[in-house]
Amino acid sequence: MSTAATASGAAPAAPAAPVRRPGLLRTAWRFHRTKIGVLLAGAVLLVAVAGPFVSPFSPTEGAGMPNSASAAGTLFGTDDVGRDVFSRFLHGGYTLVTIAVASALAGVTAGAVLGIVAGYLRNWADELIMRTNDMLLAFPQLVLALLLLSILGPKVWLIVTIIAVSHANRVARVTREATLKVVEQDFVKSAEAIGVPRWRIMATEILPNITSPLLVELGLRITYSVGTIATLSFLGMGLQPPQADWGLMINEGRTAITIQPWAVVLPVTAVAVLTIGANLITDGLSRASIGIDRGVEK
Amino acid sequence: MTGSEANADTGADTGTGTGAAAGRGGTALRVEDLAVVGHPSEVEIISGVSLTLERGHILGLVGESGSGKTTLGLSLLAHCKRATEVSQGSIEVSGTALTGLGENEVRALRGRAVAYIPQSPASALNPALRLRTQLTEALHEWDEQERGPRADRVREVLREVALPDDDAFLGRYPHQLSGGQQQRVAIAMAFAGYPDVIVMDEPTTGLDVTTQAHVLQTIRSMTRDYGTAGVYISHDMAVVADLADDIAVMYKGEVVERGAASQVLAEPEHPYTRRLLRAVPLLRTEGHPEPEAPAEGPVLEVSGLQAGYGGTTVLRDIDLQVQRGECVALLGESGSGKTTLSRSVAGLHTQFSGGLVFDGEALAHSSYKRTAEQRRRVQYIFQNPYEALNPRKRVRDLILAPYRHLAGKPKDPDAVVARALERAALPASYAARYPEQLSGGERQRVSIARAISTGPDLLICDEITSALDVSVQAEIVELLRNLQDEGMALLFVTHNIALVSNIAQKVAVLNKGEIVEYGHVGEVMARPRHEYTRALIADTPDFELSLPPSDADLQAPEAAGQ
Repeated sequence: MSTAATASGAAPAAPAAPVRRPGLLRTAWRFHRTKIGVLLAGAVLLVAVAGPFVSPFSPTEGAGMPNSASAAGTLFGTDDVGRDVFSRFLHGGYTLVTIAVASALAGVTAGAVLGIVAGYLRNWADELIMRTNDMLLAFPQLVLALLLLSILGPKVWLIVTIIAVSHANRVARVTREATLKVVEQDFVKSAEAIGVPRWRIMATEILPNITSPLLVELGLRITYSVGTIATLSFLGMGLQPPQADWGLMINEGRTAITIQPWAVVLPVTAVAVLTIGANLITDGLSRASIGIDRGVEK
Repeated sequence: MTGSEANADTGADTGTGTGAAAGRGGTALRVEDLAVVGHPSEVEIISGVSLTLERGHILGLVGESGSGKTTLGLSLLAHCKRATEVSQGSIEVSGTALTGLGENEVRALRGRAVAYIPQSPASALNPALRLRTQLTEALHEWDEQERGPRADRVREVLREVALPDDDAFLGRYPHQLSGGQQQRVAIAMAFAGYPDVIVMDEPTTGLDVTTQAHVLQTIRSMTRDYGTAGVYISHDMAVVADLADDIAVMYKGEVVERGAASQVLAEPEHPYTRRLLRAVPLLRTEGHPEPEAPAEGPVLEVSGLQAGYGGTTVLRDIDLQVQRGECVALLGESGSGKTTLSRSVAGLHTQFSGGLVFDGEALAHSSYKRTAEQRRRVQYIFQNPYEALNPRKRVRDLILAPYRHLAGKPKDPDAVVARALERAALPASYAARYPEQLSGGERQRVSIARAISTGPDLLICDEITSALDVSVQAEIVELLRNLQDEGMALLFVTHNIALVSNIAQKVAVLNKGEIVEYGHVGEVMARPRHEYTRALIADTPDFELSLPPSDADLQAPEAAGQ
């Protein structure tokens, strides 16, 4: 359409009025969903980070009778071996959130590099990367994780690596698609025509133009990581007892859920709220990046 | 014609004048004091627009991009883009008010009362549907009992736009048609329901001149035969002058001038109209200076070049020379191979054979295998200014990054940027801007500034004005001419023969991958030898410019092809 709302076709001599359209983050902040998302995710992060400093008990010390919903001196009762549920809840988020963020960052970084290289070079490297990717994608993520963890033992670095690798595959596909759109544009050819090295084209011409989908991916991947880690812990392949961990707590508390529901409800709520919050943020970001509801600006 | 039963009062109206015929036809479209605002900034995109249009007449709606002509065109269909709405005024089509109607009523009116021909037929036709289905869809309000089977009407309207009407053709998909055929299908769809008003949004922009001439002919005869009022949106003054009965000029959301075409063209009142008219490149077939003998060897010499993609050869036996300070135009329609040739020279297309000599030294195929000095001296400017600048970089970095790469770290980067911007006729304050804060013409200037900052000897311009309005195009051409005077050689790729006749010293006419005519521009324009060149000149819409040219470089017009 010829009426680009932003380019008003002003004469070149028009007075300079550099009003930059607000960036992705600021545009996203305008949506209510983003604000709610930040609030929800922020609350859970606060619990995870600040929790250990304010917990009334140590996460591993006994605080009363096991599986009591109203043990004296505890807020949410005790778990199956008599530890304070609230203290364990406050301690149990930190590792989960750290692992989730670390694996999401590593996965998105690796996936972005692979995707950009594959999408830009479009030669045998593309084939190699994407076909390897397809093979890994075909393998069920959780089964692979369980297999490796049962062989090598449940170690934190291994959990991070496994989750990061499974993210990288998926991020690489998205990044490659985003790259293909950018590569077709003339500013990339313009850099090629003057012989700018390929790596620098990828870093300075392509990468800045695909940050929006990458940010969206990052939010999404953090959510997925939380889910996977919680699942692994629940299955006994993640963090090991007696460490406090939300996934582990769900597993430990599920047998006594009818008489002491708090041991399950607290971590489940935290994981759910974090997931919903992260998804709302992601949604806001993606809406901002594709320009939904942008309206007409001066 | 079964159509004349339905539109008995208008079917016979094939009048061309403005007097008696218009009186019989009556008013088809009346717009009064229309304003459309955009949310959330409440900017008036168009304001205070009033128009009336008789049946059988075509109104040319001209203006630069961003002047609101598409917004106006869409509001005639009772359609507003996202986040915009009609805030005041009224639109009446044959006595029916469009403003304030519900969605279902509007839908019933579309195609019957108002129809639309979009800019790009390729994106307007559904690629997954056969032509039969799409054309039948256009007759959604068709009463079969009264007006006969839909299938008959589809065939009839196809014949009228000079397309085959057999089953084989109806069974085709849009991608199996050429661009011109696709546009004629879109025209057929629009005319199928005998609309009172038809809105055409630059329907020939993507077509080459020969196809454009056919499509315009079809539009003209269809509107007259049907008694349909046509609104033709365009920034191409030459086309509008050729086609329209009335002209309305839009500028910054307002209609600044309107009247009979002959009057607006002959005695434009508003300064903007005058500027628009002067900016149209006119086909010059005489008055070119005599060619001078080259003083030194050519900057660029192409000999026996063949190029292709995969197994297909798209260029054969190309011989071309560019002297210092000379502008050589590569003229050809889409698919003629002109971009492939320019990209081969720039080192972006590597699959070619033959001689490519730059200043006495052979050029490697890929830009990566050329010396830094060669890459510095050959610069390429891209067609689409909206894609050629990295949207995440400021103008300053856009200019400096290639400079650093080719000429090394400058002592005073700000001076480099300021000098490049100045040569591209942009204020130095633009260095802090991002591309999205610039208009199309300004973006193209930044592209030029980027290319000339390193002091190249050869500038390859690939259709660099085709995405721009005529008034902006004239400014860019002026800029290029100044650069050329400073000794830069230009390889100017275009499909616009009028532009060639105004800027180039030599022209190479490309047709189907071969140079069919090559020589000094005065020679080729005055005495075209090849049939293809003659056809190009004949099909180029042109008009008499009666107002005196303000600039010395605009020569008296030639009435070719009329």
